[in-house]
Amino acid sequence: MIRVERLSKTFILHIQGGTRLPVFADLSLEVAGGECVALYGPSGSGKSTLLRSLYANYKPDGGHVWVKHAEESGGAWVDMAGAAPHRVLEVRRRTVGYVSQFLRVIPRIPARDIVAEPLQALGTPLNEARAKAEALLARLNIPAAMWDLAPATFSGGEQQRVNIARGFAADYPILLLDEPTASLDAGNRAVVIALINEAKARGAAIVGIFHDDEVREAVAGRIFDLSKERAAA
Amino acid sequence: MEAPTPLMRVHNLTHAFGQVLACADVSFELHSGEVLGVVGESGSGKTTLLNCISARLTPTNGIVEYDLRGRGLSDIYALSEPERRLLLRTDWGVVMQNPRDGLRMDVSAGGNVGERLMAVGARHYGAIRSEAEDWLSKVEMDLSRTDDKPKHFSGGMQQRLQIARNLVTKPRLVFMDEPTGGLDVSVQARLLDLLRGLVRELRLSAIIVTHDLAVARLLADRLMVMKDGRVVESGLTDQVLDDPHHPYTQLLVSSVLQV
Repeated sequence: MIRVERLSKTFILHIQGGTRLPVFADLSLEVAGGECVALYGPSGSGKSTLLRSLYANYKPDGGHVWVKHAEESGGAWVDMAGAAPHRVLEVRRRTVGYVSQFLRVIPRIPARDIVAEPLQALGTPLNEARAKAEALLARLNIPAAMWDLAPATFSGGEQQRVNIARGFAADYPILLLDEPTASLDAGNRAVVIALINEAKARGAAIVGIFHDDEVREAVAGRIFDLSKERAAA
Repeated sequence: MEAPTPLMRVHNLTHAFGQVLACADVSFELHSGEVLGVVGESGSGKTTLLNCISARLTPTNGIVEYDLRGRGLSDIYALSEPERRLLLRTDWGVVMQNPRDGLRMDVSAGGNVGERLMAVGARHYGAIRSEAEDWLSKVEMDLSRTDDKPKHFSGGMQQRLQIARNLVTKPRLVFMDEPTGGLDVSVQARLLDLLRGLVRELRLSAIIVTHDLAVARLLADRLMVMKDGRVVESGLTDQVLDDPHHPYTQLLVSSVLQV
């Protein structure tokens, strides 16, 4: 589902005297459907950079990020590192979901609609999208009284759970997870573990960063160690 | 998969005011349903570019083509003046930074919206009035203000009225110049939310000029960063803002105050 070929990324900080920060070079990785790969390595080893490059949020200097577009969209392989912007947006809408560490709150939009939005973008009828959003919010222990509120005033953990619900609303064939359990208590961590394992069971390919050893062991079938890649950069 | 015909294609557009080059060698394509943000500091040529591509300022050089209904990609400056005016009244909308430039301040709110309908041939008073009211409620205007003149409205209300006036003819492409400039933040949030919803619901294409990167992130699929009249970087909005490559874009992104 994902095939990373000889990927390289160096940041050049022009406003800090052109400082070069090499992150990785010639990195290759394959992820199959039904598999969860955990990115591993100390802080600064490039885990987030790799994850963001898979989503085309960061632009690598060299190499390819091939992802298999959803069957409904033809199932073609698309290079996220080289595709035109409208093509990347289409792959994001249909095929690749991304759960960031923090929810980007949009003023005035209620939690329920934030979660339902990815489904609506796929053409799911409003009622059905909202019903699924409510089921996910309930499962993640967000009280029904909060569904109509914009999450700007929610706690960090609540915002993160809204974010997770949004990421799991559409059944994306590929899921990228950046520390999805960082600010959650044990009960909610268990819900996220269950969601990840259900996504694997339906055949999704998952790449994630999991700080928590317990979560990593519960979901990941394989570890990809970035500190080894760094030595090559 | 081949990309479909673009809605608009701009090739090597250059405009000079006398000796001053306001924008130089700008080329891009806009596809149907796409929202393109143009960012950069004041004086970078954003507004000149917008005026040139919206048929309101003949560029010194370059070609602006638009996919006219039934005619395909056509050079907009090769059209006759009446054809260009019709385009601006029907298939295009222009939301100005200052509502005074986009509204008729001495005509009622309902009249401002109805006027655009009449320009495309609507004649039945009742139908015009009900369509105008429908649009006023879509932009969250209090219908008891339908007969009031916009000169008595707040800045946020004027801006929402301007949007209703532009969208009533169901344009395919809307140009916006700093649509939230000069509004306080809570009014701005409401307007942004409204614009975001309308763009999605109506599958509008839009070109939005703004110096506010947060506005660009919220509304635009794609960004072009301008400096001294030239496009220095372009790409997916989140990619340009989260992983800027050009020194000027890095400076722009790092200059935003965090709250």
